[in-house]
Amino acid sequence: MSRDVAVVAFAQTKHTGEDAGLTEVELLAPVITEIKQATGLNRFGFTCSGSLDYLAGAPFSFVSALDTVGAWPPISESHVEMDGAWALYEAWVRLQHGDVDTALVYGFGKTSQGSLREIMTLQLDPYYLAPLGPDQVSLAALQARAFLDAGHKEDDLRAVAARSRAAGRANPYALDLPDPADEGYEVAPLRPHDCAPITDGAAAVVLAAGDRARELSGHPAWIRGIDHRIEAHSLGVRDLSRSESAALAAGKAGARDVEVAELHAQFSHEELILREAIGLADDVRVNPSGGPLAANPVMATGLIRIGEAASWIHRGEARRTLGHAASGPCLQHNLVCVLEA
Amino acid sequence: MGNPCAVIGVGQTEYRTKRTDVSIAGLVREAALRALDDAGLTFTDIDAVVIGKAPDLFEGVMMPEAYLADALGARGKPMIRVHTAGSVGGSTALVAASLVQAGVHDRVLVVAWEKQSESNATWALSTHPPLSPTIVVGAGGYFAPHIRAYMRRTGAPDHIGTLVAVKDRQNALKNPYAHLRIPGISREMVESTPMLWEPIRYLETCPSSDGAAAMVLASEDAARRAPNPPAWVHGTAMRSEPIFFAGRDTVNPQAGKDCAADVYRQAGITDPRRELDCAEVYVPFSWYEPMWLENLGFCGEGEGWKLTESGATALDGDIPWNPSGGVLSSNPIGASGLIRFAEAALQVRGLAGEHQVEGARRALGHAYGGGAQFYAMWVVGSDRP
Repeated sequence: MSRDVAVVAFAQTKHTGEDAGLTEVELLAPVITEIKQATGLNRFGFTCSGSLDYLAGAPFSFVSALDTVGAWPPISESHVEMDGAWALYEAWVRLQHGDVDTALVYGFGKTSQGSLREIMTLQLDPYYLAPLGPDQVSLAALQARAFLDAGHKEDDLRAVAARSRAAGRANPYALDLPDPADEGYEVAPLRPHDCAPITDGAAAVVLAAGDRARELSGHPAWIRGIDHRIEAHSLGVRDLSRSESAALAAGKAGARDVEVAELHAQFSHEELILREAIGLADDVRVNPSGGPLAANPVMATGLIRIGEAASWIHRGEARRTLGHAASGPCLQHNLVCVLEA
Repeated sequence: MGNPCAVIGVGQTEYRTKRTDVSIAGLVREAALRALDDAGLTFTDIDAVVIGKAPDLFEGVMMPEAYLADALGARGKPMIRVHTAGSVGGSTALVAASLVQAGVHDRVLVVAWEKQSESNATWALSTHPPLSPTIVVGAGGYFAPHIRAYMRRTGAPDHIGTLVAVKDRQNALKNPYAHLRIPGISREMVESTPMLWEPIRYLETCPSSDGAAAMVLASEDAARRAPNPPAWVHGTAMRSEPIFFAGRDTVNPQAGKDCAADVYRQAGITDPRRELDCAEVYVPFSWYEPMWLENLGFCGEGEGWKLTESGATALDGDIPWNPSGGVLSSNPIGASGLIRFAEAALQVRGLAGEHQVEGARRALGHAYGGGAQFYAMWVVGSDRP
């Protein structure tokens, strides 16, 4: 790792729990405008985004999203069909080349316009798993059960949900969700409050290298380590109570001694599995934003974790923080980004 | 450009209408194993995997990297899925190269694929999202008006497209992986086929193919240890512009010109026709050869069709375009760009077989996508830059 790169700005929508009548492009446009104004930058050395065609049910979500950027004259740009956190990774790699100094990264998702639970089924092995029709929550419940069987209690899950929702209520960008009530199971052992809410939203991050980062921010959040790892797809060959790939990525990214961690946990038990895999000490503040359990604009959720973790450093309130993103069923793919003042 | 990067392995599947003998995983693995074999490596030697394909709606498998991680030996490794419309195969190669150029990895496996027989691409391209314009009639319907505008602008005679259709299919007869291998292909044969989207006839358009292509990209150290000659990356560039706005030149898009200028600058090329030995350029409809000849600076504006007509772009011409038969002969959409990049590498490695351009030392790989708005290009050469 030769070149110092920092998160110098972060912007996100005030996420909504229902369709607010905006298209994906309309969700994204104000965020791009805001981050351009915040940095004073109108052109970037590289631009990269993350989105998912299946949320709109149409090919090329990213094509019209490009209209928000003002790609004229033409820009150097790419896209991942993954969470925006991986777009950030691609941009970080690109900045290592040394010929460009700034990058714009964004992710967006309008989850309210379809049935996310069923859409995510299409991500599964199309021959052996998808035809069985397991939905996202049911698969998460399998993992939650494996986790509980390894010696944890349902109350541990409720505590995560309660803390996340309370934190979300204090976060103007997250949803206002009530304290967990005594509801039935969504899919046992998960209750509705253990599952991330349907959310529409978008987020953007600006990365800058070296002196350019110092010019753009009084408190740049330097990326000290960033790594991501994928593991086996089939749930049957994984120990679902643990996250091997998160542990591996955390090790490679140097995830030690952080004060704050923002984890891409879409279900209560995922936070607990990730805490263990990443090796977070008990005094680490986890998801002070409320995390995905308080706002989950799919394809921006992971990028928001890095943005939120960086914001602590931007505000001068922490020295070392961590942002995490996940992809695939039951935390199959994990990205860890360690930031430092 | 960062650290040196080289192609040390190339693998392709046979391109066919339907590869019912393999699953999607089997298809990508076939290309990957051939690339590894060329590089003298196994999956365990690979640091990271980058995968690309066109829209997930084409097969109905969403974010397929999750399912393909096992088949591509990615367990415990970083894996990235790229999607930039039709240019994706090229962009995927560039993202993989970027990992090596950044000094993050030494050996990266890059794979791109499409299994068009799993569904219907024209349908997948013709959805009606609310409040958005729609392409409605697939790619041909979208690009035909741009071709007509080109003809009107340059006064190109009607038969130029036919010449490209024949030339690329003649080249395909020398490429064992090519999908369309039509013995005795001729102008008469092309002209006798139905008009699909004026002026594009059936044999002037690309086929729908199943297929995958893969490369192993390596750092200088790793390239020095490769058993076969490497193709060194001399320049890489991507450019994008918005799809619709007043005043946009859709016939000769600025993003294509800028992308070419960037990649030539990095490679030290000022006269592409003379300084490149061949080019693998994304030509899904015959007329895009003369259009891209101009866009990529191989001739002046309005001169592209004359270059094609003169035979300069034929395998025995002074600047062969698409010696492999190109997209007109094989089109697994998501892989089509990567195939261009890989074929350019094969040429400068001297490993292109029967369609080898003799003595090729520098070649261009090109891909475009969306409404002719996304571009990915690289220049590769036999010598380390």
